[in-house]
Amino acid sequence: MIEAALSGLWYGFGVAFEPHNIMWCFVGVLVGNMVGVLPGMGPLATISILLPLTFGMKPVGAILMLGGVMYGAQYGGAICSILLNLPCHPPHAVTCLDGFPMTKQGRGGVALGLTVFASFVGASWGITEMIFLSPILVKVALQFGPAEVCSLMLLGLLAGSTLARGSPVKGVAMTVLGLFLGSVGTDLETGSERYTFGITELDDGVELIALALGLFGIAEFMNSVNQVAPINTKYTNVGIRDMRPTKADMKRAFFPMWRGTIVGSLCALIPGTGPTIASFVAYATEKKISKHPEKFGTGLIEGVVCPEASTHSSVQGDFIPTMSLGIPGDAVMALLLGALMIQGIVPGPQLITQHPDIFWGLVASFWIGNIMLVLLNVPLIGIWVKMLAIPYRFLYPSAMFFVCIGVYAANNDFFQVGEVAVIGLFGYVLLRLGFHPAPILLGFVLGPRFEENFRRAMLISRGDIFVFVERPISAVFVALCALLIGSQIYFRLKGSKADLEPAAENLVGGQVPTELAAQRVGATPAE
Amino acid sequence: MRFSTSLRELITKRDFYAGGLMLLLGLGIALKGSTYRAGTLMHMGPGFMPTALGILLVLLGIAIAAASLTGEPEDHAIGGHGGGSQSLLPENPQWWAWFCILMSPVAFIFFGRYFGMLPGTFACVFVAALGDKTSTWKGIVILSTVVTVFGVALFSYFLQIPMPILTWRGEL
Repeated sequence: MIEAALSGLWYGFGVAFEPHNIMWCFVGVLVGNMVGVLPGMGPLATISILLPLTFGMKPVGAILMLGGVMYGAQYGGAICSILLNLPCHPPHAVTCLDGFPMTKQGRGGVALGLTVFASFVGASWGITEMIFLSPILVKVALQFGPAEVCSLMLLGLLAGSTLARGSPVKGVAMTVLGLFLGSVGTDLETGSERYTFGITELDDGVELIALALGLFGIAEFMNSVNQVAPINTKYTNVGIRDMRPTKADMKRAFFPMWRGTIVGSLCALIPGTGPTIASFVAYATEKKISKHPEKFGTGLIEGVVCPEASTHSSVQGDFIPTMSLGIPGDAVMALLLGALMIQGIVPGPQLITQHPDIFWGLVASFWIGNIMLVLLNVPLIGIWVKMLAIPYRFLYPSAMFFVCIGVYAANNDFFQVGEVAVIGLFGYVLLRLGFHPAPILLGFVLGPRFEENFRRAMLISRGDIFVFVERPISAVFVALCALLIGSQIYFRLKGSKADLEPAAENLVGGQVPTELAAQRVGATPAE
Repeated sequence: MRFSTSLRELITKRDFYAGGLMLLLGLGIALKGSTYRAGTLMHMGPGFMPTALGILLVLLGIAIAAASLTGEPEDHAIGGHGGGSQSLLPENPQWWAWFCILMSPVAFIFFGRYFGMLPGTFACVFVAALGDKTSTWKGIVILSTVVTVFGVALFSYFLQIPMPILTWRGEL
């Protein structure tokens, strides 16, 4: 088993080191790193904008680049948190607690330097986990029949919608909406049209790119326009020399870093608990076992490296169910799967054997990309910080152009441009009503496969719905689903938060600045 | 700020409307779905799944709306979009900016279809940029020009998007 994994990895490095692949990987991490720093531009919007550009590319290059954006953005997000107290990206919100005090003490450079190092350690661990765990998962998953696949998807969808941000009921509603949107268009089995209302452009269904750009692009711009305050860049003069940590710092950071890594990798294995929850749990654990918990929040290096290592280990770990089972854990992963499907690649357990170049190339590129990021981050932090000075009034109109041309390029059709505007408006309404639209994408990407497998399972069982609990593996998944719903109801009745993220935030104890609050803080001019 | 009058409360009950919207959507989906063939469990027709989803959405909508009427507001996700406030509109609504952002793709469609990529890009960026309160005419024109030059170079020459750069009443 180990031998096979190592030879796969060797092969992967061969793929990833091909000149054009290494170039795309570089482009991906560079763009990701850049947008990670920019407030108001998340990896989701960026990946959706870049998605149309990958149509002309080979699948390997495309996925390497989009994956690079994903983990590259994580490196950038930390810069925002530490130097500016701006949690641009939720996984890094907790880093603000100790990162920004360090900056105020003039040790921001050290915090950044160690963060880059801790991120690399966390990521490496996540990648190693992926190398050895994925083949095992695949071996199990290949035995699955349609009933098992169906209940596994159900579990993934439920976990993704109830454990993430916001109210669980609303999350499930968004997933259902996503599943429905996935069924728009020509029905694959019977060929009849559904919900097209006679519009021929809708025969192929709702365009994935239009959906993603509408929900995470236009709706976000509407949410942030005229709300983003200019950023106070008082503390952002950081040189390379400032980033070198002392021996004492290294020593203090060493064990928290590893503990964070382990927490992150465990969180990655539970579906629905992404990097954000991992970072909060890691911070809370670190505080709990520390000899002086009262000092957390005053600029302890432990409070910086531990959540960062955890985030990165979790981000890489999130790729495991996505690539080996074809079940994405969150919206970004759903988008990456969508990108693969556009390229004509069917995600699922057969992916590793049918397209070893994609799987092992991606794994190898993670390492190459992470090394690139470490090398990029050290000299370029100064430039990234300057990028923060780009006002939002330049940022969002340019992004609007990329949104328009991107959806146009998907089919060379203006219809999708109109579609994206409608979806954007709808997405903003949902945001205002307190829905988090990320599960829509999850449901949308999994929807058609869920329906197909459900139909097949029903056909095989001759219409017996109890097949899902009669088959043992499927029954386990169904039981887990029931447990998930049951626990949500139990917590609701008990009156406490069933929602993991605020619960994790309570664990941390400190005041985590929210994005908007931080923007307002930044708005009050310091000088 | 807290408003005690019941009318005010109903208006600011965001979750009530959230549930209502889901209920209506679900109803629409289920009704439309029931016009397709449902089939049997063994041989499912195209209408089965969407109708089931629509009914589920109706139930979820009722649950969300009911929770908002009986108990505490449930959604206080820290750092979530829109924060924990129960009001429908943000503190300072940006009608003009929202309008500009939504009109930007429309401008792109109109100018792109009839006059080509160059005017389309310019109009798209220009209209969107109008929405920001701090922007100046000069700034908007410069921004639109820069994005147009780079955008057309990147998408038309480098990525070969088959959209004419300049045309007159192109593909009607």
